[in-house]
Order: sequence, then C-alpha cells, then structure tokens
Amino acid sequence: MPEPTSPKDDLAVSGAGAGGAMDLAVAEGTSLEQPPGSGKSDKARSLWSDAWHDLRRNPVFIVSGLIIAFLVFISLWPSAIASGDPLACDLAKAQQGSQPGHPFGFNGQGCDVYTRTVYGARASVTVGVCATLGVALLGSLLGGLAGFFGGWFDSLLSRITDVFFAIPVVLGGLVFLSVVPGTTVWPVIAFIVLLGWPQIARIARGSVITAKQNDYVQAARALGAGNSRMLLRHISPNAIAPVIVVATIALGTYIALEATLSYLGVGLRPPTVSWGIDISSASAYVRNAPHMLLWPAGALAITVLAFIMLGDAVRDALDPKLR
Amino acid sequence: MLLEVRDLHVEFKTRDGVAKAVNGVNYSVDEGETLAVLGESGSGKSVTAQAVMGILDMPPGRIPQGEIFFQGKDLLKLKEDQRRKIRGAEMAMIFQDALSSLNPVLSVGEQLGEMFVVHRGMSKKDSRAKAVELMDRVRIPAAKERVGQYPHQFSGGMRQRIMIAMALALEPKLIIADEPTTALDVTVQAQVMDLLAELQRELNMGLILITHDLGVVADVADKIAVMYAGRIVETAPVKEIYANPAHPYTKGLLESIPRLDQKGQELYAIKGLPPNLLNIPPGCAFNPRCPMAQDICRSKVPPLFDVAEGRQSACHFWKETLDA
Amino acid sequence: MPELGKDTSGTTSGATEASSWVGPSTRSVSRGESILEVRDLVKHYPLTQGIIRKKQVGAVKAVDGVSFDLGRGETLGIVGESGCGKSTVAKMLVQLEKPTSGAIRYKGEDITELSGRALKAVRRNIQMVFQDPYTSLNPRMTVGDIIGEPYEIHPEVAPKGDRRRKVQELLDVVGLNPEYINRYPHQFSGGQRQRIGIARGLALNPEIIVADEPVSALDVSVQAQVINLLEKLQQEFNLSYLFIAHDLSIVRHISDRVGVMYLGRVVEIGTDAEIYEHPTHPYTQALLSAVPVPDPTARDHRERIILSGDVPSPANPPSGCRFRTRCWKAQERCAQEVPLLAVPAVFRDADSPAAHDSACHFAEERVVVPR
Repeated sequence: MPEPTSPKDDLAVSGAGAGGAMDLAVAEGTSLEQPPGSGKSDKARSLWSDAWHDLRRNPVFIVSGLIIAFLVFISLWPSAIASGDPLACDLAKAQQGSQPGHPFGFNGQGCDVYTRTVYGARASVTVGVCATLGVALLGSLLGGLAGFFGGWFDSLLSRITDVFFAIPVVLGGLVFLSVVPGTTVWPVIAFIVLLGWPQIARIARGSVITAKQNDYVQAARALGAGNSRMLLRHISPNAIAPVIVVATIALGTYIALEATLSYLGVGLRPPTVSWGIDISSASAYVRNAPHMLLWPAGALAITVLAFIMLGDAVRDALDPKLR
Repeated sequence: MLLEVRDLHVEFKTRDGVAKAVNGVNYSVDEGETLAVLGESGSGKSVTAQAVMGILDMPPGRIPQGEIFFQGKDLLKLKEDQRRKIRGAEMAMIFQDALSSLNPVLSVGEQLGEMFVVHRGMSKKDSRAKAVELMDRVRIPAAKERVGQYPHQFSGGMRQRIMIAMALALEPKLIIADEPTTALDVTVQAQVMDLLAELQRELNMGLILITHDLGVVADVADKIAVMYAGRIVETAPVKEIYANPAHPYTKGLLESIPRLDQKGQELYAIKGLPPNLLNIPPGCAFNPRCPMAQDICRSKVPPLFDVAEGRQSACHFWKETLDA
Repeated sequence: MPELGKDTSGTTSGATEASSWVGPSTRSVSRGESILEVRDLVKHYPLTQGIIRKKQVGAVKAVDGVSFDLGRGETLGIVGESGCGKSTVAKMLVQLEKPTSGAIRYKGEDITELSGRALKAVRRNIQMVFQDPYTSLNPRMTVGDIIGEPYEIHPEVAPKGDRRRKVQELLDVVGLNPEYINRYPHQFSGGQRQRIGIARGLALNPEIIVADEPVSALDVSVQAQVINLLEKLQQEFNLSYLFIAHDLSIVRHISDRVGVMYLGRVVEIGTDAEIYEHPTHPYTQALLSAVPVPDPTARDHRERIILSGDVPSPANPPSGCRFRTRCWKAQERCAQEVPLLAVPAVFRDADSPAAHDSACHFAEERVVVPR
C-alpha cells in the first residue's frame, strides 16, 4: 500500500495538499462520531481568506501597502498635500535649495521640486496600474487558452512569445515611441502592454497546464462539465496566484521602465509631470544641485521597491509551501 | 547495544503552534537485529529516525530532550563535523523515493564512488571500480556497462537497489530504511526486501525498518515497536505481537487489514482519525478512538508496562487487551 | 452457466485471431445481467518525433485488447502492477480518455462514439472515485459546492431549491457531519476527503462507480473505514464497482470477481476464490506469492516466487506472451503465439475452480496463498 508521502509527511505538518494549506490546522477533534471541534476550526476557511489572514500579519505587506496607499492617494488628489502648481516656475529661483514653503528646493527651470515630485506620482501610478492590468488581462487570456487547449495555438503562441523575449526593451521603446508619439501616458502604456504580455502569458500557460492535470479537473470532466465551467470554476481560480504575484512585481518594474523611457525623452514629455523627466533634466546639474535629482529619484526608488515588496508578500501568502 | 534511543522528544514550530512529533521514545537495536518501527503518518516514526541520523531540519525542528547512544556515544552531544563522519560511514539511511534521493545530473557510478572519495580518500578511478563492485553486490545486471548511466535510466526497483548500494558502500553498522519498498510494485518489493535482509545478515548490521505495512514487518522483523502520536505504544518480539497484541491500537490495526487468504466479512475499522499533533488528547493519545477507554485513559498518560520478557505495552488495560 | 447465448458478442473479434480458440468463455461473464461490456479495448499513446511536422515513430501500448463484463451490483477488481494499464482502463470507462479501438457497451450501447448530450447522459451513470484525495477536490471550492457541482452540470437531477438538502443528505450518507457543508477541503483529513470524493461520485445516482486506488493514499486505520463505506453504499444503492488497486488483499476483500492485468492485457480473470485459491497463470501466482502476509509464523514455510527483472516497456512489449521475459516456464511457443484469455485446454472439461480464463499456454494450478 504505497503511501505517497515524503518522509517528512510523517509529521503531518507538511502534509500539505494541492492547495498547499497546512494540514495541521485541520482535523482537530473531528473524528466522525464526534461533533466538530470548537473554535476556529469550525469556520469555513478558504485559501483566499487564509492568504489574507497571513498577509495582514506580514510587516512587509503592511509597510508596502501603506506606501502604495499613500501613492495612490496623492496621485488621485495631489493638491491635498501640495498646494502649489507644478508648472508654475520662476527661472529666478532656478537650482535654489531648500527654503521655507519649498522644502525640496527648486529645479533647473525654477519649479518647486516638492510639488513636482508629488504630482509626478500620478504619471507613474497610472502607467504602472494600467500597463499591469493590460498585461495581466492579455497575457493570462492568451496564455491560459494556449495552456488549456494546447495544439497549434499553443505552439504558435510559444513561438510568438519567444520572438518578443528577443526584443531589447529600451531599443524597442525608442523605436515604438518615436513612431507612435504623444505626450500622454497612453502610448507608453500601449508599448509596455505590447512588450509585457508574453511574460505573463508564459506564466499563465504553465500554471494552467499544472492546474489542468489535477484530478479535480478530471473529476469535473467525468461529471460532464463543459470547457467553460472547467476553465472558470476549476482551472482559473487555481492558476491565478502566480499571475497575481508576477504582475505585482512587474508593476514596479513598469514604473521604472516608464521613468527610463521618459528620461530618454521618448516616454512622457512635458508638460506632463513625471519623475523620469525630472530625473533627466536634473542629471545635468547633479554636481551643483543634487537635491533636484535626489527627490524624484528617491520617490521612484521607493515606489518601485514598494510594489516589489508587495509582490513578495503576496507570493508568501498565496504559496505557503515556499516558507 | 548498537543504538539506544532514550526519552527522545522532537517538536516542530509551525504557523499554528508547536507540533509535538515525538514524545519520549525509547528503543534499541543490536548488531544483526531488525527492529521494525510501525506507525501511520504522523506517528513520529520517520522523525525519530531523522533525529537519529541527524538530518532533521532544525529549525523548525527542535530536540528539547533525549539521548541517542550509538556505540556508547551520545550523538546529540557531538559536534556537527563529528556527526558527519558517522553519517554514511557508520550509519546510513535508505529513503522511500529513490528517484528524488539520487542526483539526476550525476551518473550512478559517480554517486556511488563519491562515498569512497569523500570518506576514504580514494582516487576517482578506484572509486569507479568500487562502484561497479557495489552494483554487482546489489545484483544490478551488467553493472560494468551501466555504471555510467544516470538515475532516470534505471527502473524503480533498480534505483532502490542503487540506494541500498549507496547505503552499504562503507559497510555501516546501522541501516535505517524508511519505507524502502512502499513505492515499489509487489513483485519488485519482494526482490528488494530479500536483498536487504540478505545483505544485513552478511554484514551483521543493525536494521531499523520504518513502515506502515504490517505484512512487510511480519516478513522480516525480529522485534517491533508500534508508534502512535509520537510515542511507542507497544514493543515486542514480532511473533508475539501478531499472535496476541497487548495494546488496543495494535489489535485494531491487525484486525482492520483485509487478508489475502480469506474473504472475511465487514472489516473492523478503528473509529476516528489519528490525532492532531498540535493538540494531542490528554492522557492516552489513543483514548478517543479506543473501544476500551475508561476515565483513567483520559487523565493519565500510560507508561510502558512490562507485559512479558522483552515485551511492553503503554495501555492501562494491557491485561484485559491480552485476554480479550 | 445460464447466460450462454448472451456473450456471443464478444467472440467475433477474438475468434479470428487464433484457431486454437474454441468459443466464448462463459466463466468470465458475471453472474446475473451485465451492465457494462468491455470488448477488445485498446489505448495506444503515439510517440512522435520532430518539431514542426510531428511524425509518429511508435506507440506506448498502455492497453492492448482488454475485454470483461461487469454485472449489476457486482464488484470487479482489477489488479496489476504500475504500468499494466489498469488506470488507463478506468479513464476510458469514464470517458476521460478515448480508446484507440474497441467497444465499451453500457446496457448494450457502445459509448465510445458518443458525444454531446448523449455522452453527458451516460456520464451520469458511470462515475469515478479518484486515488489522491488531495488533488481530486478543488481547493478553492467549499464542500457544498464540490458535492453540489454534479447538480449544476445536470440540473435535471435536482431542482435548485433542493440541492442544499441533497448535498447534506450525501454528507450524511458518507459519514460526514452535514454541517461541514461550508468548509473547504484543506480543513479535512485524507480519509474525510475521500468520503467527500465518494459523495460527489454518488450525487447523480450512478449505476457504476469506477474506483481507481481509492484507499491506497490513506492510512491503514482509515482504509478499513473507507472500504466498509464503499461496501455499505454498494448494498444501499445496488452499485456496480470496478475496483482498481494494486493491493491484492483489499481487492480480494471487496471483489466478487478479479481480473489480473500485465502490460496492457488481462492475463487471468475469475471469481475471487478462483484467482486467489486456484491461480493458473504464472504471473498471478508470482504476484500472490510476493504479497507480504501479516503473519510472522508463515514466513519460514511460505513458498515465494521471486520474479527476475522488471516489467518491459509498454512501448516495446515482448512478442507473443508479454510475461514470457520474466516467466520461468517460457518456451519457444510463448514468443511466437499470443496466448488467448480463455479457459486453458487442460481444464476445459474439468469441473474445478481451476477452469477459469487464463492467458497462458502452459497453465497449471499452483496454490501460493497459504491457508
């Protein structure tokens, strides 16, 4: 009678099933003849609520969550904490340092660095969130379908993703954005979605293939379930976690990419306010007036880091096996 | 005594609290003797063995109490580098899953030979010859031709033989086999068990056989220790335990397995489930599932009572169990 | 042997294969009316090569000509070692795999060619219980959703308002507390999960349950509970079981008849007493003799047949009798002539339990299970 367990499973601690949740919390006093044990075991605990339970106790999540909440807040209502106008500049004050009412000083054009740094969040957050949504939707849709149906569509998609992985990001951005110019965030978002979806598609494809092989999918098929039911009820909920994790981490890198492209002069362009643009214009004066560079660059670094930390925390919560 | 485990405790820190995996285990093995440790998942049988081998993951594992005497030395008091010298050379382990225990990118010859390079300082060339010799010994056909092959090129039974060869390489005094045949087919199982028993006799090794299979135990063991919830509940020479178990758990297990030689009516089923290690029932851990449980079983942990020469049972009502 | 006339359907394909074959064996037929007839079932998985144009270079012959009947209310056990094709047979019966050729007749109708609504209707009646209770339940669904899903797929079975009550009834039937309906699978132990899987299998009131190693992942003390439950349910609902396992003791306990598979073929089939007490195929004998018996007094005087070597690859099975490479009786004839599954000639006129279907040229009775 093979007991398909690793030596460690003997402990019943690591006896995690497909869901990965720990078994220990489980059976308690629930022998068949007895009423269920009292306390928390009585409650229905879905894997999502377990993950949320873990997340709430994770300091990494709390810190990154607070930073992100703050960023979202100031990108929606920048005037709440910055009363000035980011485009109101006074050349006479160019490159001046910190002074009352202007804690971060002034930039090369004499604009208030504090106000511009606050207003710059909007561009970054918009690009990050919209690009990630686009990438995640397109990538998981195509990748998921390829993984589920396989066959020629899958082969074709795999070749296409290979091609996309071969495109150098910055060079591609330079070309794309000089062909599709514009001062708004939308061409940048379009470019990131175009370039980013294959990464998610690969992950979605892999995780759908893994989920598809689970016996519960076979069980649903044996019951007579159709493709849409299997995809929506059985495969997607069990395949989505890696996509969420990678997308969250990617969000930070997309924000950095936007700044890079703006720095190079092809991403966002003035009068749009963006950290990338400010970093670019400040870099020429970094010796004389480093504050002009430090504030937007610091804001960018903290933002990117916050999303990457959030992704890590989410991964830990969704996949307890990694701990 | 080759190995003596005394009052061993092992616990694991988990997300939901401390899991008490082993709660005061005593057992001993002599040279040339086979001890079968029988238990279900969660009984602590493998964790005890991992503690003896010194391969427990610590943390999250912890040994708050206990002694493990091997050839007179307490292993738990040794430094890690001293233990490492013992591991592999003096005591070796065979795992259930041979495929994941072998390194897929090294040929079996390299893996077998490595033992001699590391522990005996042999040259690569000599170690290869030794590897072939070992493969012959565990009766892998065409050993000379196959020594350069990789683990995935061998069948399950052959891989388990390679594991055995590896464990035997340095002629250890003690072998711990953790479910060595569970993953194998019945006909292959018999081959591997026979081989193991034969080599044990030849080298006069002590063998600890960890298993949940009452049939395998009956075939090879000299004595047996039945574990439940991290404790030994019964220990006895193998013939006596099958003829007349002295613990209700052992008795229930023996009655609940279907027999090959008879059709039988409804099976006796032990009610309930094995306990949660985070929350082991007070008193005798088996009491919620035991048909004989009385008040004392719920309040007082039964010690191991001497039932007969070399025979103990951790049941307040061992006499009644024997007579029943 | 009352059902002589009925079995002729199975003879056509076999009779053309070899002249030594004389007629239908009535012994392989179950008692009573058969609800499922499997004929010459074949499943080959193609092996392909090439990146763009996939060329077939061979096939893994997972199942290669399997025939048997399953009677109403009967349990047919299928035993065999890994790779013998028993799980593939199970998957074909519940239409998770499409056979390469052969027929599966449910109440006389071949279901291998069905699709759409007709297939869905048949699926209601043939359900499966899976081996691994950890991967067979969707971790994101509550127990109520899992057991209730069959009703969502087949809404005609239970009206919407009735479903919750039905699910709770099912939980009760399989010995779980009906109040557990809102819990998730990871809150249960392996044995309890297997009960949930069984409840799901029962939801549509099927006539046939295909159970693929339903207890092998469970602890010894829990196995007996689940086996007893399966037996209780069989009586209560008059179910037919195809019970697939590698544990010969469990199969004997639960089965009325037993089929032994080796490398994609059935090598011997008969009632449990015929197979276990009067085996005539050398593979069955070796298999039975290798089973460890929980009786230490038997170990010194037990006769054990230790087979040499491993099971050959199903991509390249031996010619003739597939067991010949490991068989101690093998002769020239075994390499050339495929032994058919029929009552061996030596026993044909004998009124003995040894006269059951056995695919061996040199079949002889040998008692290997000590009594």
